[in-house]
Amino acid sequence: MPDATQPLAVPDTAALPKPIIQVRDLVVGFGDKIILDGLSLDVMAGEILGFVGGSGTGKSVLTRTILGLIEKRAGHISVFGQDLDEMPDAERRKLEKRWGVMFQHGALFSSLTVAQNIQVPMREYLDLSPAMMNDLAALKIQMVGLKSDAGEKHPSELSGGMIKRAALARALALDPEIVFLDEPTSGLDPIGAAEFDVLIRTLQQTLGLTVFMVTHDLDSLASACDRIAALADRKVVAVGSLSEMVASPHPWVKSYFRGERALARLKG
Amino acid sequence: MPQTIASPGFEIRRDGERAVIALAGEWTLDHGRRLERLAEQLPVSLGEVRRAVLDIGGIQRLDTLGARVIDQLSHELGSEGVSVEISHARREHATLLEAVRTRTAVVARPPRSRLIEILADIGRTVVFAGQDLVRGISFIGEVVIAIGRALIRPQRFRWAALINQLEQIAFRGAPIIILITFLVGCIVAQQGIFQLRRFGATAFVVDLVGIITLRELALLLCAIMVAGRSGSAFTAEIGSMKMREEIDALRVMGLNPVDVLVVPRILALIIAMPILTFLASMAGLFGAGLTAWFYGGIAPETFVARLQSVINYRHFSVGLIKAPFMAIVIGAIACIEGMNVKGSAESLGQQVTASVVKAIFMVIVVDGLFAMFFASIRF
Repeated sequence: MPDATQPLAVPDTAALPKPIIQVRDLVVGFGDKIILDGLSLDVMAGEILGFVGGSGTGKSVLTRTILGLIEKRAGHISVFGQDLDEMPDAERRKLEKRWGVMFQHGALFSSLTVAQNIQVPMREYLDLSPAMMNDLAALKIQMVGLKSDAGEKHPSELSGGMIKRAALARALALDPEIVFLDEPTSGLDPIGAAEFDVLIRTLQQTLGLTVFMVTHDLDSLASACDRIAALADRKVVAVGSLSEMVASPHPWVKSYFRGERALARLKG
Repeated sequence: MPQTIASPGFEIRRDGERAVIALAGEWTLDHGRRLERLAEQLPVSLGEVRRAVLDIGGIQRLDTLGARVIDQLSHELGSEGVSVEISHARREHATLLEAVRTRTAVVARPPRSRLIEILADIGRTVVFAGQDLVRGISFIGEVVIAIGRALIRPQRFRWAALINQLEQIAFRGAPIIILITFLVGCIVAQQGIFQLRRFGATAFVVDLVGIITLRELALLLCAIMVAGRSGSAFTAEIGSMKMREEIDALRVMGLNPVDVLVVPRILALIIAMPILTFLASMAGLFGAGLTAWFYGGIAPETFVARLQSVINYRHFSVGLIKAPFMAIVIGAIACIEGMNVKGSAESLGQQVTASVVKAIFMVIVVDGLFAMFFASIRF
């Protein structure tokens, strides 16, 4: 559905089918501070896009703006080919069923058990028998690699890695088409982080997800992501595969992907 | 992108003992109940067969729910002795079915009987009440030791925290406490005059209001307000610090949370309560005086003169003597409840409620004990 809101050519030449999220000339700021200025980005259907950037450069701000948690000053965001600004509220609610979000610190509801957390969106949106809901919650818990008894636990009884998994299970509760992951592997040990990368890959293939992943983790970028977008100077300065990133001339991207830590990891 | 939405359905073609069940439409969460009903109908309408082929090639969209339903169906048919096979699965549907199949659902624990639940609840409450008492006493001991430490080394004491708490408790709390006791003083005086007038004993309202305000009313109202205002704040502050591991952070830095958080608060309460009680007494008497003047026709000079003759120093000091004890009761309960907060937002709410309710209850109990004590020493 071509319309006036997408006149720009897609900046990268990767031959992926169609953009599921399109961000064009986005400007976001708080007070006098401009965080994102003229940012454009495409997320293609069925890919895992890794989004990198220095601390405090606005990675989470972009995610939160796409999700509608932060007001933008200018620019267009369209998801599933529909511009978010032009969408009536009812459409918007329907759209929110089609994406799932895993927050950096989980944001699990502390007074509910893990299974109840997963059932929150199910109860809100679906017409299902309680037995089927329990069954589905148990299924999601096991799909993200938690033991089945984790469903009865409260978030305060879980370890950091389990919280991440539980949050992912909740993000998957409605079988969304897009999943936003905010630093999914931060705070995990390397083995746990690697398992998480594999998990995201597996789920993406099984459920046909599109994944937008904000991350710092070079291992995740190398092992889980199809494409990488780098944020610096308030906009996306490079998009492409890992090897394209390594070849990028931009100074920040260079120091990130060609620093000692990066080279040591990417070689291995 | 949104194609025509096809609701899920099935069609059975029989071929001797073999039946081909062609599934079609969208087997997704949007059709939740319908899918569940389909899964119930299907084995019924299938009837007696030996072999069943689930042809899922016609399914337009499949998600975990749909896959789960299909998986349960084939299990159910399988347990009835039908050999089930799935055919024409698209690649992505096959992976999803595989992912769902390897995971079996957990069996929910059977619920316990109502009676046992109630009995267990009662038992738990009794045990907790006992633990509360022990913990309260040991906590007060800890606070006393911490205050002792502060006395030995006053330079280590957190004066800034104490002053800050005093501002919160006494300075900011004073206006509302003064207003409330003023109004209650008015009301008690009005009621006293109204009732005593029938016996021609209007003048005795001064005795009534004077004694009740100084000995009980001002202190009780003060304690209840402080428990509601400051006790709840203590519990919430300490509780949210506990939730975010800030208390643990203090501990590992070698700081005692009791020194840092509890002692300044309890000391501030001990200082603030007598001040507030004094202010409350004065406000109550002032309100009573005004009411006596305008409603009872007792001139202010008469009121003050009579007050002077019936109220002696003892009545005045009873209220003030009790005030620091109430402060300790409120402060200790608020801090203990704060420390008891577990990880969840719900638990924070519960502990704040418990803090206020227990503090007010204990204030009244302690007040009753004091009344017996003062009566027996004829004070």
